[in-house]
Amino acid sequence: MKSYYDHIIVGNGVAAAGTIEGIRSTDGEGSILAVSAEKHPVYGRPLISYLLEGRTDREHINYRRDSFYADNGCEVLYGERAEALDAAGKKVVLSTGEQVGYGKICIATGSNPFVPPFEGLEKVKNKLQFMTLDDALALSELLSEESRVLIMGAGLIGLKCAEGICRRVREIVVADLAPRILSSILDDECAGFIQRHVEKENISFLLGDTAERFEDGKAFMKSGRVVEFDILVLAVGVRANTALVKNAGGAVSRGIVVDTHMRTSLEDVFAAGDCVENLDISSGTGKVMAILPNAYAGGFAAGVNMAGGTKLFDNAMPMNSIGFFGLHAMTAGTYEGQCEAFRGDDGSINRLYIKDNLLKGFIFIGKPERTGVYTYLIREKVPLDSIDFELFRRTATQTMFSHDERGRRFGGVV
Amino acid sequence: MKRIYVNEKWCLGCHLCEYNCAFAASGSSDMSLALKGRKLYPKIHVEEGSDRITFAVSCRHCTDPMCMKSCIAGAISKEDGIVKIDRSKCVGCLTCVLACPYGALAPGENGIMQKCQLCTDNICGEPACVSGCPNGAIVFEERD
Repeated sequence: MKSYYDHIIVGNGVAAAGTIEGIRSTDGEGSILAVSAEKHPVYGRPLISYLLEGRTDREHINYRRDSFYADNGCEVLYGERAEALDAAGKKVVLSTGEQVGYGKICIATGSNPFVPPFEGLEKVKNKLQFMTLDDALALSELLSEESRVLIMGAGLIGLKCAEGICRRVREIVVADLAPRILSSILDDECAGFIQRHVEKENISFLLGDTAERFEDGKAFMKSGRVVEFDILVLAVGVRANTALVKNAGGAVSRGIVVDTHMRTSLEDVFAAGDCVENLDISSGTGKVMAILPNAYAGGFAAGVNMAGGTKLFDNAMPMNSIGFFGLHAMTAGTYEGQCEAFRGDDGSINRLYIKDNLLKGFIFIGKPERTGVYTYLIREKVPLDSIDFELFRRTATQTMFSHDERGRRFGGVV
Repeated sequence: MKRIYVNEKWCLGCHLCEYNCAFAASGSSDMSLALKGRKLYPKIHVEEGSDRITFAVSCRHCTDPMCMKSCIAGAISKEDGIVKIDRSKCVGCLTCVLACPYGALAPGENGIMQKCQLCTDNICGEPACVSGCPNGAIVFEERD
């Protein structure tokens, strides 16, 4: 390791990979160091449930080819953290105590699991988070056909964990304080539809309920129920990991505040990924949108700008494609305005949220085909009176656009 | 770079491009053996609107592909301008479907995504949808 790098990236996830590729798209020469707390090259975090399910493996979970860092002239410091940022002195202090100088730095530290202070949690021996590859490997080691698993949290992480392990264990109970599953992205009817589908497996739910206290192998729920388990998975929620920037005096809200260039309020300090808060174009408000597409795109923009180019990341919005046992939910944007809702002949649920002549958000369950057309309508703020509204309401098709608009979208390089 | 373009004025809506696409991917030399009685998974599809409008849609090979940036597995990449998918890495999460403004990605037979790679992934040499279009509605050419 050198004492100075032109570019330092704190983190080694997908936002970091985007940053590396953004830098190299603009600057072929400058030195790059990535500080990686995890001892693995960049992998697709959301793939850890597929790994447990056997739908991918250790080799294919890697986000980039083996020669990625070498090809990009990027050094990686595995198993180390950045403990402090000295923005004025343009140095970062590592967990080894060493200080490294930088020209530009990108904070891509992601998020940390949030664990509520459950009474007696320390008495539970087999307890894990479900965030990292090491978490997944540790969980895999513990599982047996006899395992009873309690998952605290019926959000995306908890439910994908349940899907990933359900064929390998005896039973799974998922508990959440919220009255429905996937409460951050679905309403009651949609959530109920998916819940009934998931309950066909050996998965049951305790909703509107949480643990009052734990003993080893036992959760005493607020409702009075006692859940006996062999393994406890804590997937209650995550918090943006903002400490480096906050402690250095940078602007932090729920996430690290960045502009459309991915610059923080500190000079030469950029940030990207799950640790940042940026503008949700569908609602016009600042939000932490911890999803992989935003991590990559934000990281790439940060990298270009760090290397002296110009790249804006100004079209972030929430969007989630999430499937359970073959049933897919596609959601994007913000659920505000008038809701055009209909059930398809196939039982699918379709919801379009319209305000001020614009599509603001949608939920589709059971009919994922070509939903990106709707994502485009939100992102590009296409006036709905410029398209065929009846076609728009019924099906995701390019025929909803006018002849001229189609010519523009399909007649040249896009 | 040459890309596939469709002139909707000339599209007959005959769906032959879909058959030719599926046949090209099959690697077989006999079209009827390869396709007859099977569910097809073409990488081009014909859309039909009101007023008898029809046109075929396949990957635009975007300059800044949303699918590639969105792929949770890092399975989508760009080589020589062609947006490619490594199907051994895809887990079928459909995030690319949610991201693609053109509706150009769809799952293949096993739920794993597939997309048009301009017939560079088979022995056709030139896109089969183009050479097989009976009305010259699909062209493979360089545009701005």
